Amino acid sequence: MRMLTGQSRPTSGAIKVLGFDIPKDSKQARARMGVVPQMDNLDTEMTVEQNLTTFAALYRIPRRDRREALERALDIAQLSQRRDAKVTELSGGMKRRLLIARGLVHDPELVLLDEPTVGLDPQVRQELWSLIDALRSQGTTVLMSTHYIEEAERLADDVAVLSHGAVIARGTPHELRTAHVGERATEFYGPPDRLSAIEQAAQAAGLATRRTGPSIAVLRSEDAQEDLLNDLGDGVHRAATLEDVFVLLTGEVLE
Amino acid sequence: MSSSAKGAKRYEWATFEGIWNRELTLFKRYWLSTTSSSVIQPVIYLLAFGLGVGTLVTEVGGIPYVEFVGTGSVATAVLFASAFPGMFNTYVRRVFQRTYDALLAAPVTVDELALAEGSWIAAKAGFYGSFPLVVTMFFGLTPTWGMLLVPFVGFLTGLGFAFFGMWVSAIIKTIDETTYVTSIVLTPLFLVAGTFFPISNLPSGLQVAAHFNPLYHCVELVRDACFGWEWPADLYHVLFLAGFALITWFVAVRRLRARLVD
Repeated sequence: MRMLTGQSRPTSGAIKVLGFDIPKDSKQARARMGVVPQMDNLDTEMTVEQNLTTFAALYRIPRRDRREALERALDIAQLSQRRDAKVTELSGGMKRRLLIARGLVHDPELVLLDEPTVGLDPQVRQELWSLIDALRSQGTTVLMSTHYIEEAERLADDVAVLSHGAVIARGTPHELRTAHVGERATEFYGPPDRLSAIEQAAQAAGLATRRTGPSIAVLRSEDAQEDLLNDLGDGVHRAATLEDVFVLLTGEVLE
Repeated sequence: MSSSAKGAKRYEWATFEGIWNRELTLFKRYWLSTTSSSVIQPVIYLLAFGLGVGTLVTEVGGIPYVEFVGTGSVATAVLFASAFPGMFNTYVRRVFQRTYDALLAAPVTVDELALAEGSWIAAKAGFYGSFPLVVTMFFGLTPTWGMLLVPFVGFLTGLGFAFFGMWVSAIIKTIDETTYVTSIVLTPLFLVAGTFFPISNLPSGLQVAAHFNPLYHCVELVRDACFGWEWPADLYHVLFLAGFALITWFVAVRRLRARLVD
């Protein structure tokens, strides 16, 4: 992410953002993109409004349009009521919304979101998802990194799976599921010994499996013989997910 | 014209406007404490040295001792108002608050950031550095037209020490290391600058060393602004301070860039 803004220099390769060479023309590229970092770097001594006006000026919004840009950003973050609150008085979710609004104050063509919902409550996360989805529907390109696969599954039009710095798979969530894990997974629960036995039996029958802690999921179970599944035990069917794809492709154990 | 054919300028006015506005917003929060301590500190110096040492020494080179210390402590005030914010603010904003990371994700370059921050600190140093003169007037210093240039002397000196502090902030690993800089570098600088006693009283080796002390040149300029210019010595002092600012600016930007862009 930092390489896209010229804040980190690549050791090899070339980067172009919105047609600008990075890092050579990164200043122009940065003027047209918004950045929402993973780590909160708001000005804690300033108010919500002051944080936004500082960046409205830095993003070269003409003076006469700044008031309007500020109100728009406050609306996006739903912080109009808290405009005079200092950053230290905000909750975690509000800070994250302000961080996003700060990156959107100049209505950028491209927004970089680095792990936007890490460490947030499900309610707040859902709120941010609606916000990101609204951006997407108004035509803003959103580039988001996440470890939270459900987030990618719900929001992304195009998913790239990264492992050890390389893209190992790319497509829509649906394409990736179809290509790698099919439509359905069947989960079996039991003690560890039992799970190992099921894993071996399924793999012997040519089926991919995935461990999920207390259970083992047999992937692409729609293609499996009913008899085989019945032999394995009392399984629970569920829809295949992007997380199945991710774990299958990147390995169950992190190296 | 294709978008990439037109390179962005390294220094753009909009950035300075943005960063100075931000500083102004922060300043509105702390101006009262800065202003009161800028008044209190020279009063303490003048009382301590004027009433204490002043009973032993009545005048130095024809200048009443209180006025000698009062004019000299402009340099001390400038040093405190520039080197410390340069070190601490820059370190805190870069490492703890990560403000600089946020600014550099906007269309701001490290060059602009360093110059905008340095010049803001220098402007404050020039302003607050002049307070001791005003205070000394209450102890008998006669106002002169030359004194109107003292804020500019403070600005030039402050620029060098602001960049010096910013350079320090970028080479230290932890903020505790600033104590070394304060005790080993800054304290001798402000004691041996001709503020409290003329450096002509020092052994000749130290006298030569004092000529490399930017604060000495600041003190000389301030005294000459108050008691009469001396040419071409004052030109030499200005050039020395300008050279100091240029060198520290260069090294500060270099080290900050190395720290901020990985």
